[in-house]
Amino acid sequence: MADPVTFIAQWLRDYLTNLGLASEWISVIMAALGVVVLASAVLLVDIFLVWVERKVVARFQDRLGPNRLGPFGLFQPIADVIKLLIKEDITPQGADKFVYNLAPILALATVIMLWAVIPISATVAGSTINVGALYIVAVGAIGTLSIIMAGWASHNKYALLGAFRMVAQMISYEVPMVIAILIPVILAKSMTLTDIVESQSVWYIVLAPIAAIVFLIGAQAELGRAPFDLSEAESEIVAGFHIEYTGMKFGLFYAGELLHAMTFGGLFATFFLGGWRGWGAETYPILGIGYFFIKAMFMYWVIMWIKYSFPRVRIDQMLNFCWKFLTPLILTVLSITAIMDKLLTGVPYWIYVLAMLLMNLVVLYFVYRTVGSYARKERQKVADPAKVRVNFPVKASTTPTQVS
Amino acid sequence: MMSPLQVIFILVSAITLGAALMVVTTRNMVRAALWLVLALFGVAILFVLLEAGFFAVAQVIIYIGAIAILMIFAIMLTRRIAQDPGPQINSTWPLAAVIALAIFGLIVLFIQGWDKTMSTPPALPDGFAPLSDLGVALVSANQYLIPFEVASILLLAALIGAIIIAWDRK
Amino acid sequence: MLNDWLFVGLMLVMAPIFPIAALIIPRILAPKKPNPLKSQTYECGIETVGDTWIQFKAQYYNFALVFLVFDVEIVFLFPWAVAFNQLPLYGVIVGILFIEVLVIGLIYAWRKGILEWF
Repeated sequence: MADPVTFIAQWLRDYLTNLGLASEWISVIMAALGVVVLASAVLLVDIFLVWVERKVVARFQDRLGPNRLGPFGLFQPIADVIKLLIKEDITPQGADKFVYNLAPILALATVIMLWAVIPISATVAGSTINVGALYIVAVGAIGTLSIIMAGWASHNKYALLGAFRMVAQMISYEVPMVIAILIPVILAKSMTLTDIVESQSVWYIVLAPIAAIVFLIGAQAELGRAPFDLSEAESEIVAGFHIEYTGMKFGLFYAGELLHAMTFGGLFATFFLGGWRGWGAETYPILGIGYFFIKAMFMYWVIMWIKYSFPRVRIDQMLNFCWKFLTPLILTVLSITAIMDKLLTGVPYWIYVLAMLLMNLVVLYFVYRTVGSYARKERQKVADPAKVRVNFPVKASTTPTQVS
Repeated sequence: MMSPLQVIFILVSAITLGAALMVVTTRNMVRAALWLVLALFGVAILFVLLEAGFFAVAQVIIYIGAIAILMIFAIMLTRRIAQDPGPQINSTWPLAAVIALAIFGLIVLFIQGWDKTMSTPPALPDGFAPLSDLGVALVSANQYLIPFEVASILLLAALIGAIIIAWDRK
Repeated sequence: MLNDWLFVGLMLVMAPIFPIAALIIPRILAPKKPNPLKSQTYECGIETVGDTWIQFKAQYYNFALVFLVFDVEIVFLFPWAVAFNQLPLYGVIVGILFIEVLVIGLIYAWRKGILEWF
């Protein structure tokens, strides 16, 4: 009776076997039930996330947030859902109707599909496919497509601009993010997420802090959250790719975005914070669900913290930061990690951990020095523009600081 | 009586072929690109049915995540995005149809004559790890080391070539 | 191995059902009174000028191009990372060589000004 989930699954399996079903069909039925339970649970959490997000942003902005409906305003998301369900749905003129309707469905469905491979506890993991880490990237690629579909099908210039910015940002930040995923894969020697979690007797955030930070930044950009929210910059293009969506279709984008943020929290926990691992989680797997949820929510909170603390960046800054800073940095860390991992085979694990941590700290120190001197130079440019030597002709309207 | 796998295979193949047909018949170019995405996704599912999970995800990541996006961006560079009013067939279509049918007939003939068509694939041995085997094979000197490194040079050449063609600023 | 994919396949079939259901319910509950003014393209109150689906900035294409090359390369590296325990040291080094060739491409793109946005 250590694990109620296994117990229920076993009971169901026995029950179905007694009904006289073939064993293949039983596994199909069990998997289907698992999918329904998992997807419903994820969507229930999603509705709850609306409340979390609104409450947390209110606190960051020194407000109270929803506090009228139910205790602490907990019933607010239910009211939101009812409102979205009975709101008139407007399809703009000239929209490509089929693609327009398909985009929000894809946006939410891809996020739900990510949960198929995330291990929630020692015994609860949807699928243990051997390409789990790449599966996450692949599903994310379809998510990118849903955004370009929404932006294009709306037949709206703001939407198209927003979608293009968002997609350029997502594909750019996918490079450092996927390499950041590659580092835990090297450390665990497996792409299966359950294996990655099980091999983390020491959390990978200790062994690969730089990869963790890069993954977090990449997640922030993939989500299109501030400081990378130029795809929905309110002051220029109003809402970006979902500007023409109303009612429940907008609701699906909103729900997808919130759930995506929480999912990235869960993925961060899986790759770097030991997933469901915690005190007693192996003997009592039900505890693992709690640990996983706490870690995922904590990382979700960190993502929100970043979102509500930083101002928006410009598109050139966003691309420069990705291609000229994050990508070279993570490629360097990847090379060093790979060589060190090979050279350190056979040494006691604590030396291995210490060496990895030390290497990361040394790299971080050099990064700090480089970024510091770069920032000093940039500040000088702003302080005294006349001294700046411009390398190529600049249009009259742009100031030298924009050409970096 | 067909096995469930065969039913899934036929369904997915039909969707893939239908989507591929839509790619060449749709007049709207962005829609054609989206149909192409569906066709490529169908191919990814076929890879899964062949127990080649790595190729399935690689297919989705590279073809849908990168090439389809690149194509949509490229379409946005062209002048006529939404509609192409020109004719979709030209005067040589009967010849093309005959050649295509002939090739299709030949393929059917060859597959009919091949004795392995109807046999089921042997089950993979226990403990078989296709991924790590692939990884080892990619960097072993007596296996695929040279193609692996050449692929990297090829990608570099593709990048440089594309930059020169797309971005020759004077 | 196909058993592992069963769950993913069922997820693929069932995950869209929830959002589709969420789109069908408003069809029954929500009012539907469209009029030409309401369904006009939103542009902060100003009427939209010209076509929306026009030629677009070429630079997005350049970034997609660089991304494509990186993407292909990274996908190759994942099996290499999984096989790490079976690899000799030189196997690791040739893998890194594979990455460094890519870095040359990045530096080239950087020097050429592909990565500038203006």
